Order: sequence, then structure tokens, then C-alpha cells
Amino acid sequence: MLTKRIIPCLDVKDGRTVKGVNFVNLRDAGDAVELGALYAAHGADELVYLDITATVDGRSTFIDLVRKVAHTINIPFTVGGGISSIADVSALLHAGADKVSINSAAVKNPDLINELSLEFGSQCIVVAIDTRYIETENGHEHIVHTHGGRKPTELRTIPWAKEVEERGAGEILLTSMDTDGTKAGFALELTATISGAANIPVIASGGAGNMEHFYEVFTTGKADAGLAASIFHFREIDIPDLKQYLHDKNLPMRMTR
Amino acid sequence: MKTVIIKYNAGNVQSVMYALDRIGASYLYTDDVEEIRSADKVIFPGVGEASTTMNYLRKVGLDKVIPTLKQPFFGTCIGMQLMCRFSEENNTECMGIFDVDVKRFPGDTDLKVPHMGWNNITGYQTALTTGLPDNAYVYFVHSYAAPVCEYTVASCEYVLPFSAMLHKDNFFAAQFHCEISGDAGQQILQNFLDII
Repeated sequence: MLTKRIIPCLDVKDGRTVKGVNFVNLRDAGDAVELGALYAAHGADELVYLDITATVDGRSTFIDLVRKVAHTINIPFTVGGGISSIADVSALLHAGADKVSINSAAVKNPDLINELSLEFGSQCIVVAIDTRYIETENGHEHIVHTHGGRKPTELRTIPWAKEVEERGAGEILLTSMDTDGTKAGFALELTATISGAANIPVIASGGAGNMEHFYEVFTTGKADAGLAASIFHFREIDIPDLKQYLHDKNLPMRMTR
Repeated sequence: MKTVIIKYNAGNVQSVMYALDRIGASYLYTDDVEEIRSADKVIFPGVGEASTTMNYLRKVGLDKVIPTLKQPFFGTCIGMQLMCRFSEENNTECMGIFDVDVKRFPGDTDLKVPHMGWNNITGYQTALTTGLPDNAYVYFVHSYAAPVCEYTVASCEYVLPFSAMLHKDNFFAAQFHCEISGDAGQQILQNFLDII
């Protein structure tokens, strides 16, 4: 049976993870390769590496990192952050990334989704959607945001999710900026709506604070995968415990121990 | 031992090379027919679309070479589909090593297409699955699949049961991506390299 996926997300700057990590057995907590390998050994089903470097030098460092990660880990990983062209994607895939995630560039130029899926195949094109529930002329609506969730766009989230699928996205990474960082749980209703509207997998992100939140997002939220960062980095939840908990609750999980 | 990875216009071959590096195997990445014929093992990986990749194989003549190879041969993902008779993906005539037609997953169910993620394989009994735990989980990404047939040596279920692995004579194939399928995938690659 196809399993639900647990995905830790690592923010990387100049080739190193930036969010504090709390793994005492790591020689270097900032070593993005070592941390990824540890998560893979703990049973993470995929990894996401997000490049938050803004400089050109930093980008070439990121490519080096992607190459090292691909060499080291034996599970799939997605890379994202500042990807805006076919050339960017080509360089990352050739370095060994399994998928790329595009965000602002897709909002700015939706045709990019079509171009990338034709060139590289839908299976490796993830469209990240950052969304916030805000007041609009129609009352309150879910609106796509860019710039780390700070800048609202003209796009409504649910139609945009359908559009990215039609344009060839292979997967949607949905981050609710309303729940992100709250540890109060994922945005269940919106995730369920998008998962029902789109016929491609949906990765839910933003708000995970405990193991039950993952159970809720896979059941009520109908998500295909759950992504989180700091709760894994700070070991508030250990992935083997989380997978055992979900497995015990009869969710299909890839058990590795 | 000389292992060749066949070079053609399919993507994601880099991951396969890294996986071989991890198990300490050396390889040659080439489309040279003499190199391929003289190899001890041949790997035919890749991600891609059936008609585009098949047209390329025809153009360079590999479509005639591959079915005549005698050494252990392992096709994965689109490589496996191209070893079948026909694919519904843009109605493509393939190499016909396995006399079975690759079909698209029905889109009229609640299940999403592509079939993407970790799924368990069952009922396996091939040299490539030696040492694997029962119901091993491996990583799939595909919208088309070969139904269960006389060559099926491992199956998986998504919408319908389908062939996760095929085997006939020296030809082995896997629908999933061994190179990113964790320890199970690594074991399968190692088993292929260990075939005498």
C-alpha cells in the first residue's frame, strides 16, 4: 500500500543548515549532508533542502551541497529556493536532486511550470504554494503569497493549485503561513480542499507541533506527505517514534526498524 | 567486472551512478555498442517519456542491440517500460523483450496519478530480491505500468496489481527506483552486480 510520507525540511545558507539543531551525536550540527543522512537513517521518507542564500557564490555552494547529498543518501530529495529558470533546474537535477520546488518564479511566470514539466517531466516538478487567509474585497479568502509569505499576490489559492496541476506540476507543497511556526497543527480544511481538488500529491507544511497533528493532516487533511523543520531539528519529535505512532494508528507507513 | 550504464536521452541517470558509487562499484556510462556488448553487466535506467526515449534508441540503433544482449541486463523505470512490447504513453512500440503492454493507471478513481512514493512489493522470488525483508518498501514515480504477467517476479498494488519487477532469461527489470529506495534498493542493485 502506498504510504504516507514524513519529510524533514532543512534550510541551508552558504551550504550549511541555519535553523538550530539539537542532535548531540552530530559532529557538526550545521553540516547539511550529515544531518540529511541522519534523517534518512531515522526513516525519513524524503528530504527537502531549501536554499535561503541570496548571493551568487552561495548558489554555487548549494550545487556542491546537492552533489554531496545525492552521493550520500539513498532516499529521494527535493531542492528549492530561488529557482527561476530551466538552467537552474537543469544544474540541480544534474547534480543529483530528484525533484525541484519552484515558488515565486511560478507565480511570476506560470508558463515556467509548463516549460519545466515538458523539459524534465512532471515527476520532478514540485510547485510550492505559500498561502494565507486574509481579508479581501470578497470577505476572507485564501490568497497565495510570495517573499516568504509576506507579500500577497492576486492569486486565490485553490484555483491556483488546480492551475499548477494543469500546467504540469507533479506535486504541490502547500505551506499555510497562518499555521507556520504556531505548533498548533496543520491547516486541515485547506489541505483537504486542495488535496481533493488536485489529482497530484499534496505535501502539507506549517504548524506541526506534535505527533497527533501528523495523524490529523493525513486523515482529516487528506495529505499525502507531512513536512516539518524545527520540531525534527530540535528533536521535539523523533521520526522513528512518529512513524511508529502513525503505524499503530493504522496509517500506511514505511517502517524501517 | 565491467558494468555499463547505457547512455541515452533519459533523465536522472546521475542518481544511479551515485548509488553504484555508494556500493563501491565502478561503471562505464556509454552508448558505444562494442562497449555495451563486451560488458559483464548492463544497467538501463532512466526517467522519461516512452516515445521520445524509444525514438532515440531507434535513431542510434540500440533498439536492435539491447534485445540481443546475453549478459545480465537490468532496466529500471522507463528502462523497464521500453523493454515491454508496447506502451500506451503516446502509443509507442517498444523493444518487446517482455511480451506485455504497458498501460496508464485508470484516472477515474480517488487515487492520484502518478503513483508517487513508497509502496511495498510482494511475492518476489528472483536473484535480485535475495536478502530483502518481506513486503519491502521501494520508491515509485510513474503513471504507466505493466500488468501482472508471466514474467512478473514481484508485484505491487496501486489502483490495480501491477508488475514491480519482471524477469526473463538474462533480462531483469524494476518499475521502481532502486537508486533512491533506501537499503532495499541498494540491496537489489548489489544483488544484480553479484549475479555470476
